[in-house]
Amino acid sequence: MTNHWVDIKNANVIIVMGGNAAEAHPCGFKWVTEAKAHNHATFVVVDPRFTRSAAVADLYVPLRTGTDIAFLGGVINYLLSRDKLQHEYVKAYTNAPFIVKEGYEFNDGLFSGYDEAARTYDKSTWAYEAGPDGYARLDVTMQHPRCVLQLLKKHYSRYTPEAVSNICGTPGDTFLKVCELIATTSVPDRTLTFLYAVGWTQHSVGSQMIRTAAMVQLLLGNVGMAGGGVNALRGHSNIQGLTDLGLMSNLLPGYLTLPGEKETDYRKYIGARAFKPLRPGQMDYWQNYEKFHVSLMKSWFGNAATKDNNWCFDWLPKLDKIYDVLQAFELMHQGKLNGYFCQGFNPLASIPNKAKLTAALSRLKYLVVIDPLDTETSCFWENHGKYNDVDPARIQTEVIRMPSTCFAEENGSLTNSGRWLQWHYRGAPPPGDAKPDAEIIAGIFLKLRDMYRKEGGAFPDPILSLTWDYDIPHSPAPEELAKEYNGKALADLADPKDPAKAVLRKGQQLDGFIQLRADGSTSCGCWIFSGAWTEKGNMMARRDNSDPSGLGNTLGWAFAWPANRRILYNRASCDPSGKPWDPNRRLVYWDGSKWTGFDVPDFKPDSAPSEGMGPFIMQPEGVGRLFALDKMAEGPFPEHYEPFETPIGTNPLHPKVINNPAARVFRDDMKDFGKSRDFPYAATSYRVTEHFHFWTKHTRISSILQPEQYVEIGEDLAKEKGIKAGDRVKVRSKRGFIEAVAVVTKRIRPLQVNGETVHHVGIPIHWGFKGIARNGYLANTLTPFVGDANTQTPEFKSFLVNIEKA
Amino acid sequence: MALQSLDITRRSATTTPSPSQRKTQEVVKLIDVSKCIGCKACQAACMEWNDTRDKIGTNHGVLDNPMDLTANSWTVMRYSEVETGRGLEWLIRKDGCMHCADPGCLKACPAPGAIVQYSNGIVDFQEENCIGCGYCITGCPFNIPRLSGKDGKVYKCTLCSDRVAVGLEPACAKTCPTGAIVFGTKDDMIHHAEGRVADLKSRGFAEAGIYDPLGVGGTHVMYVLQHADKPGIYHGLPKDPSVSAMVTLWKGAVKPIASFALAAGVFGAFFHYVTKGPNEVSEEIEKEFKDEK
Repeated sequence: MTNHWVDIKNANVIIVMGGNAAEAHPCGFKWVTEAKAHNHATFVVVDPRFTRSAAVADLYVPLRTGTDIAFLGGVINYLLSRDKLQHEYVKAYTNAPFIVKEGYEFNDGLFSGYDEAARTYDKSTWAYEAGPDGYARLDVTMQHPRCVLQLLKKHYSRYTPEAVSNICGTPGDTFLKVCELIATTSVPDRTLTFLYAVGWTQHSVGSQMIRTAAMVQLLLGNVGMAGGGVNALRGHSNIQGLTDLGLMSNLLPGYLTLPGEKETDYRKYIGARAFKPLRPGQMDYWQNYEKFHVSLMKSWFGNAATKDNNWCFDWLPKLDKIYDVLQAFELMHQGKLNGYFCQGFNPLASIPNKAKLTAALSRLKYLVVIDPLDTETSCFWENHGKYNDVDPARIQTEVIRMPSTCFAEENGSLTNSGRWLQWHYRGAPPPGDAKPDAEIIAGIFLKLRDMYRKEGGAFPDPILSLTWDYDIPHSPAPEELAKEYNGKALADLADPKDPAKAVLRKGQQLDGFIQLRADGSTSCGCWIFSGAWTEKGNMMARRDNSDPSGLGNTLGWAFAWPANRRILYNRASCDPSGKPWDPNRRLVYWDGSKWTGFDVPDFKPDSAPSEGMGPFIMQPEGVGRLFALDKMAEGPFPEHYEPFETPIGTNPLHPKVINNPAARVFRDDMKDFGKSRDFPYAATSYRVTEHFHFWTKHTRISSILQPEQYVEIGEDLAKEKGIKAGDRVKVRSKRGFIEAVAVVTKRIRPLQVNGETVHHVGIPIHWGFKGIARNGYLANTLTPFVGDANTQTPEFKSFLVNIEKA
Repeated sequence: MALQSLDITRRSATTTPSPSQRKTQEVVKLIDVSKCIGCKACQAACMEWNDTRDKIGTNHGVLDNPMDLTANSWTVMRYSEVETGRGLEWLIRKDGCMHCADPGCLKACPAPGAIVQYSNGIVDFQEENCIGCGYCITGCPFNIPRLSGKDGKVYKCTLCSDRVAVGLEPACAKTCPTGAIVFGTKDDMIHHAEGRVADLKSRGFAEAGIYDPLGVGGTHVMYVLQHADKPGIYHGLPKDPSVSAMVTLWKGAVKPIASFALAAGVFGAFFHYVTKGPNEVSEEIEKEFKDEK
């Protein structure tokens, strides 16, 4: 979240889209009800299904799954064509006035630079035009035909209300009603918040859906404001923390990135990440990249990391490609990856195309599963009748299971969606032989290190030199790990203002990432977490909920990254002169000599407004990007592409380019995509409130509350197919089938799309062949093996099925 | 003033006077249907607190589960998909004991002390006194009490009388994430409910209102309804519930006659005994009885 849970209460308009907050985040959803009760907020739900969130919404808006960019692109068109912008904000805080390089084009669904064979873009034209001073050129009148605002207008002029309605199936008047409501927040004293979840992420254009919402918010001046922002509601209690620590295969902790295979030169690696400012006087915070990187290497390799060996840069893996989970299973399927460690993860249940996964796992030599539960993945080789019809005799994979603790059985921090690191304490000892994950990994590591010591090996250096100074080497304590992430001084750190004084003595915990150095005198395991465990102690365990502004920014409660800041980009909550746009919702302000207020300013604390530094300090140009430059795989402006399995078989905007042209599709998976003539219904998969993923089918109460697998269909489709509520039905995709009970509902209505009637089939995911709930089929038997072009998150939310009575 | 007195003001099938020394405020659990997201956390909390567990059932083509109240499920969510002037609405009502001021169950109960009403308004079953006759089920205008197949006694929501007695709110109110369930004095809850009704009216629900039906003397579980003029659309919530005429009659005018009849029966039996000797139970009947056990 750019903002945080409590801040939702400050919104005037709340849109839940690409998520189902009431159902999947019932506790956090309380802040929506607070906004309604105390702020008279209007609450809108946009979803293919009338969800539990919609049950308490002021307005429910249907749309076809996978068409959110069309919808939000239509909103952008509405705001631009009716001039409903926060003008001063757009001009000063976005790249709307920036002039784009000549050669940039968008024609018939493709941006300039497309390489069809490689399914990638040469992005060199997706850039600003440079002026004679080397900086990006601007036209502050925003009239230049190649300025971002004009290109934006042109790009989205195709997204008329009629086009939106035709693609999304949303009735035209309902769409306009939403646009009007959104437009009311273009004034400085009203804000809109978008709450989304994996209903946006899990599409082949998922990242761009989220970007479109961010663009809407920039045009309305709602980023950095209390009650504004673009807010990802994360699906696990600590998935934010996992992402922060380097969840993706190309990331290092704190969103630092691994070098690519061509990046063998340390200086070039740093240079490519410490971006040069694109405008004068900008903070361009990533210029500090080397400080974060060196401190990370010092944290990992201690004295072995020196200036002379480029802080062990050569020890880092150099990626030839991203090793996301689809890639990993593809390699496994090809027999090129034959050992797999699976920690806190149940891919057989959680990843698309179960048939392919089973085949892939069957080709492994060994599979190690570290989990508190008896997962389907760890039992993929067992025959469970129709639910897992495999022949154990033909599977040679050796499976090793190591029982781990669950979150309530250990101390530690959980990072919530609002970036708060909240410390928690063990509630109960673990059962049986279960051990904390850190202890299991430590055991493996120590054994490996021993073997490398005794027997040598091709490349023992990083293993032998890894810092491992925990009190109990085979059981690193969560407290020790937390201190390591925070970082410490490796030498006395001189005060930059008075070099005779030391701000910190050698060995002391850092106060925050501002103290990080690139000379090897600091270590820090995750720069954005720096400040979480200082000399003052465990800041994550703080529980002071005093709230002087009444806006919910409780700075004494836990620790929020970065720097205990609660609302990102909060400098943008003030006008260029440093005065809050909305005097009733003051977050920070310029007091004449410094930035101060009720939140930690997201800005250089002593930079006077007259210096003209932009509020988006992580960007080299200091402003928010309506035009994304080369940062996205499929284009600088989001464009509507159909899901890989589209019920209408075309893209009404450009029939020649139907799906995301930059999405990675493995050769063998293309033939596994279904067509609408065989699989005519748009399907989408999701969670229901009674269950949490594939865990709670192991608990009695959740299993009582929703005991058996079901699918949801509308009354019209049910009638067409002769299906009654409670009948068993068979749902089939190109990749397999499941059987479940049919829930027939008024809450799913047929939509009129491009001259056709599109029915949706809703598929909750929670059942499987393990646990105490009634056995069911793994829903991801049905889903397609293709992901978002940027993150490779699978397209769980849009695919095609057929349905019949079982 | 305390909410938690366990002074009993009414006790089934007994005429012992009630204590009146202390005064307690009436409590109410207010369920705001317009804020309910149907997450069933209240169902889970109820099972957790009361240590009840139903069997893991099946899906019946709807999201409701368990499908009905049972001796183990003292509250269930009722989901109704209804077309109104606003289009489709999904009305989700938490069903359970309404804790009537004038409780039909208590009136109907023939077992002394099996059903009591505390001075704070909570209607509670004392199962150790329950004889399993099921009259309370007939007497309830909301169809709430359920007979246990395991011990032949009747169970329902206690409004967490054990929690309330020590100053805690009911488990469902404690757990409700959206504040759709709140608990307090009847006055405070009516005040809160009026605020909610005003908010709903401002959002276009012209008929929003409070459900506190007079036919049962008002209830200690109240609802805020978006459409208070049509309680029936909330999965058959009765519009004008009242204690059935049979129960009123049985406990009213007919009671002395019935008591007389009962006394006459006892007298007759006694007369039979002294004139004809004890009833002999045949061995066959005795065996049958044992087999059944």
